[in-house]
Amino acid sequence: MERYNRQIQLPQVGATGQQKLKDAKILVVGAGGLGCAILPYLTASGIEHIGIIDGDTIEETNLQRQILYTETSITQQKVVVAKQQLKALNSNVNIEIYNYYLSGENALELFRNYDIIIDATDSIQTRYLINDACIITNKPFVYGSIYRFEGQVSVFNYKNGPTYRCLFKNDKAKVSNCETAGVLGTTVGLIGMLQANEVIKMILETGDVLSGQLLVYNTLNNSQNCINFKKSETKSIDEAFFNSEYKTHKIEAVCVNEAISQNVICIDVRELHETPKLELSNGLQIPLSILESKIKNLNKNENYAVYCQSGKRSLEAIKLLKNHQFQNVKNIEGGVISMQQKINNEKSIY
Amino acid sequence: MAVIKYYGAIAEATKCSEEQLTVSDLKISDCLALLNEKYNLKTFDVSVALNQNLVDIDSTIKLSDNDEIALLPPFAGG
Repeated sequence: MERYNRQIQLPQVGATGQQKLKDAKILVVGAGGLGCAILPYLTASGIEHIGIIDGDTIEETNLQRQILYTETSITQQKVVVAKQQLKALNSNVNIEIYNYYLSGENALELFRNYDIIIDATDSIQTRYLINDACIITNKPFVYGSIYRFEGQVSVFNYKNGPTYRCLFKNDKAKVSNCETAGVLGTTVGLIGMLQANEVIKMILETGDVLSGQLLVYNTLNNSQNCINFKKSETKSIDEAFFNSEYKTHKIEAVCVNEAISQNVICIDVRELHETPKLELSNGLQIPLSILESKIKNLNKNENYAVYCQSGKRSLEAIKLLKNHQFQNVKNIEGGVISMQQKINNEKSIY
Repeated sequence: MAVIKYYGAIAEATKCSEEQLTVSDLKISDCLALLNEKYNLKTFDVSVALNQNLVDIDSTIKLSDNDEIALLPPFAGG
């Protein structure tokens, strides 16, 4: 307990508070920029049950902001390296790692083992999944997200408070992060720290939790704005809804070569201005934003492979097509980025 | 004049983080239509706050000159 002396001295913590931290069980979804900011501080604070879920591996471009990783960690699994680093920081802490992505198949079971769920992901679709799984399992959800020099922080579903759906109602919102917007390490650090701070306050039951409030932080001019919002869900989020939304859409992936060589029509769902353009003999372009209005022009019995820049919007497009009874639709994983690599590799071979 | 605040990618589209506009007697939806016309914001998914409180876009409240209106898009990065 000696190591926690400086925080135990705080009247808001004390021995009782430290015991609360020790007993708390938290799950961090995503071990990227936000996760790397949140995890060391929560580990150091003496929270002894920490789960981390992420299926990603470490790349060189992560190192500028994902400070748990070093040059020797490149190509290794994020959760594996994160656990090593965190255990070195505080060996008392039990760190459970899940080396895969959160999905409709695993979210409910996983969330039931934890008290607080922390969203450190970079996808709006995953955010709705976390939100809805938190509603069903009755867990509070600490949210943080970034656009360039601005960050949003809030706590959803806290003591039956408002949820992400009360703030942003459109769960089919166009995904804007398929192309990378760019970010500074310090911005993710600040927003992650605000999230970690909410987690500690919730466990200690002290201070005011950002429930029903969205904090918007601008790191360029240091402005902070708080927006109040109330519970106003229009959808009933229950297991039946959850299953139809997140479980029944098993999407088959197809590799680039397979898609190009077979009798498959490749649909580019990127916006018209996006580059690089791919000239495919069996290709057509229908941006995701107008796909629904163009669906009537497509043949439900045809074989389609869908792609975008990185493979996120294409999943959305496929969901939409499947909702319209398209049976033979596959996803080109990794999108144009991986297709280009493939095409370039083949060129260099010949 | 009312203050309109822009966040995230919307502030990039409007090329400013806030501006003053005459919106008195307009509804939120009218105000949004005006801004859409000016900046072509239709591609953004947006939530709207009136004086720091989130409001329904279809709200019938009439805006006045002392109001602060904020346009908030969801963020995705992390």
